Amino acid sequence: MDFILEPWPWYVGGPLIAISLLLYFYFGKNFGASTNFETLCTMAGAGRVSDYFKKDWKERDFALLFVIGLIIGGFISAIYLIPNQTVDLNPRTAQELTELGFLNVGNHYFPDEIFGKSAYSSVKGFLILIVSGFLIGFGTRYAGGCTSGHAITGLSSLQLPSLLAVIGFFIGGIIATWYLIPLIF
Amino acid sequence: MKNSRFLILGIFFAIVLSKTQAISWYRFYEMFTFQSFHMFGIIGGAVVISAIFMQLFKYGKIKDINGNKIIPKPKKKGFISTILGGTFFGLGWGISGACAAPIFVILGFQLVPALILLLGALIGAFMYGLLSKKLPN
Repeated sequence: MDFILEPWPWYVGGPLIAISLLLYFYFGKNFGASTNFETLCTMAGAGRVSDYFKKDWKERDFALLFVIGLIIGGFISAIYLIPNQTVDLNPRTAQELTELGFLNVGNHYFPDEIFGKSAYSSVKGFLILIVSGFLIGFGTRYAGGCTSGHAITGLSSLQLPSLLAVIGFFIGGIIATWYLIPLIF
Repeated sequence: MKNSRFLILGIFFAIVLSKTQAISWYRFYEMFTFQSFHMFGIIGGAVVISAIFMQLFKYGKIKDINGNKIIPKPKKKGFISTILGGTFFGLGWGISGACAAPIFVILGFQLVPALILLLGALIGAFMYGLLSKKLPN
């Protein structure tokens, strides 16, 4: 039981993610997550505005069930499986963030500065999340995939576009963490 | 329903990401500042083991549930779209610490903030759909 409630080390994560990918393909579908943003747009009626979304979302019912599973799994994890959300950070990381004004660094998975009340009680907090979300939705669709589809599926099947996309992920991620986060906070 | 296996797989995948802390904002901050090996170990490990599975798919050693050969869909080609789209995604990922699948998982942890992220992502995907023919490839 201890193993279930303790944080799992990185060397458990890699194999279990690979097994998830294996099962997804074994069940006959292509592993990925970000296409669901388009499917949800189609379900919300985006096809009336643009032909791009005129698709039969029922053909992706398997992916929607996967998404529902992700949500259920998130609730199960949050409520039952993670009594302690402490993240064991490099002291340098913790110090850097503290200097930027982050409080209780690493005490929870998500810092209050971004995921706390400010997300819906201040314009700045709301904008941080809605703009990040926009970049995630727009960027993954423009690039043709996210971490699952490009970094894991695409790189492991040796596809060149995925290597380019992952380089892009890091260009963006480095700009965000090195320059934008200090600018925002 | 035969697709319920995807529901179970989604639950499993969410638990794996949650338990290995691969949904934590801090873990991605660390990754992009190269201050910890954790996420590199997870993603690198996943890629290496998946690459072995891909070889087994390629040579037909593992077939899908219906006995068909498994062929991953070729990714769309395009230098500008992958680099530029990837950079946009990286910016959002770096600030919010969330990539696509974790947004849905985080709903269980931080409901309202994750809903705002999801709303943003849907607006972003919608804008891409509107502009897709005009964007450079």
